[in-house]
Amino acid sequence: MAAVSVASAVESRASAPQAVAKAEAKGLSFYYGDFRALKGLDLVVHEERVTALIGPSGCGKSTFLRCFNRMHDLYPGNRYEGEIRLYPDNTNLLAPGVDPIEVRMRLSMVFQKPNPFPKSIFENVAYGLRVRGERSRRALEDKVEAALRGASLWEEVKDRLKDLAFNLSGGQQQRLCIARALATDPELLLFDEPTSALDPIATASIEELITDLKKKITILIVTHNMQQAARVSDYTAYMYLGELIEFGRTDELFIKPKNKQTEDYITGRFG
Amino acid sequence: MAYAKDLAGIRALIASHKRWDKIFALCGLLALMVGVLTFAALFVDMAIDGIPRLNADFFTSYPSRHASQAGILTAWVGSCLVMLVTAFFAVPLGVGAGLYLEEYAPKNWLTDVIEINITNLAGVPSIVYGLLALGLFVYQFGLGQSILAAGLTLALLILPVVIVATRESIRSIPQGIREGAYALGGTQWQVCQDHIVPYSMPGILTGVIIGMARAIGETAPIITIGALTFIAFLPASPVKAEPPFISFDWVLSPFTVMPIQMFNWTSRPEAAFLQNAAAAGFVLVLMTLAMNGLAIWLRYRLRKNIKW
Repeated sequence: MAAVSVASAVESRASAPQAVAKAEAKGLSFYYGDFRALKGLDLVVHEERVTALIGPSGCGKSTFLRCFNRMHDLYPGNRYEGEIRLYPDNTNLLAPGVDPIEVRMRLSMVFQKPNPFPKSIFENVAYGLRVRGERSRRALEDKVEAALRGASLWEEVKDRLKDLAFNLSGGQQQRLCIARALATDPELLLFDEPTSALDPIATASIEELITDLKKKITILIVTHNMQQAARVSDYTAYMYLGELIEFGRTDELFIKPKNKQTEDYITGRFG
Repeated sequence: MAYAKDLAGIRALIASHKRWDKIFALCGLLALMVGVLTFAALFVDMAIDGIPRLNADFFTSYPSRHASQAGILTAWVGSCLVMLVTAFFAVPLGVGAGLYLEEYAPKNWLTDVIEINITNLAGVPSIVYGLLALGLFVYQFGLGQSILAAGLTLALLILPVVIVATRESIRSIPQGIREGAYALGGTQWQVCQDHIVPYSMPGILTGVIIGMARAIGETAPIITIGALTFIAFLPASPVKAEPPFISFDWVLSPFTVMPIQMFNWTSRPEAAFLQNAAAAGFVLVLMTLAMNGLAIWLRYRLRKNIKW
């Protein structure tokens, strides 16, 4: 793998100032029935930074991401252990008394494949706002526009907000899903391999968008593309078989990995 | 409720939204119970009336003028044989038609019309099929009031169900599977016989058995074609002692079926016959449940390796 190009891509951000913690996993384990998919993870997600989760297929990175908005609660037989703290209010998102619906209102998620609803572009973005209690037509229009602008989609769709979302291209659909996620001002934005179903040009626009979004919002992204992690993230966690092997600033992790396994993975000798 | 900005607002909003969760859960449960409890009440009532009457003699006796000596031998044998004929005709015809429509037929207005009408056929009242069969099978083809005529009638009745189930099942196979097989150089028929039919089998079988479960309880078309209500002999045995050992004489013999036997008994004034009818009804429900059980088991077995 081209370690040199990775290095040059991350060098420019090497001097970013230290950020404060927005969320933190403490001793997080996760079980699908009896299978222990995550094995006691500790990881800090820094505010207004992009944190990338990398690792080979089946390492548990998506499982980890889906713990944050309690997606696993939708299916029987799943069990969490440990904590995920959300700051500044220091709520344990996994606590039994915490309503997963409340968690999902505070955190937003963008999925692997674009999954717009079979409704109009406007209604797709407005849905989260409606769920959140927004009734005013005027406020809906303003917030939908703001979200579409935030997702760099406004200019392309402003004249056809009533069109079906399915008529958009794949990359546009994914940006629509990002707009849908952004509309409710989430405290943390979760991306689950958001570009794996897209072509390189659409991928580039999503990556640019992510870099743009982190000025205002904290992002946690799962990616199986190491260059992508190097390009967009400030912090990277390398996972393998449900364990967190190494976590650190992206520039440090890609240039001087401390762990032999991480080095093998990012240099392409393994995985 | 306005847009929730802070955590307290979100919590209040969720609490108010969750009321609807509870309200619907309750309504849904009630709606479910209307169906389940009604059936359970009918079934239990029938079981209480009928079970005392169930013994070996009941299954091995011919009908009789005396309620205590009457049995359902001719009825259950008749039902089983009619079902055999029904399946024999409905399965190949239904699967063939469904497969052709999905995989072979060109997509044009004619096939669209045919498709719509097949779905409509499923809604045609069964008595209409009975009248059709009376004219066509019984008189025109000269099959008489036989097991064959009844089987053909019921096959016609469930054919739309089988075709629709076949098509649904075939349509749920991802296009990628077809392309994978074609990419290896398979002909249309090879792709169908090696992939499409085996992979859609669970759905097809479920459809067939649901159709059969409907057919076994059908009374109107069978009465229309003239099934006997009182019959004191069994159809000829399909197995014979002398070569060629197999005989098809039974297909042309007169018969009765379970629902007709029940209908006959319920129209009698004596209470003891009503008890017989309840017992026969209990057996008929068990036969239907057994068929549905078979469908579930087959689907479970066949779907083990199929994931989409």
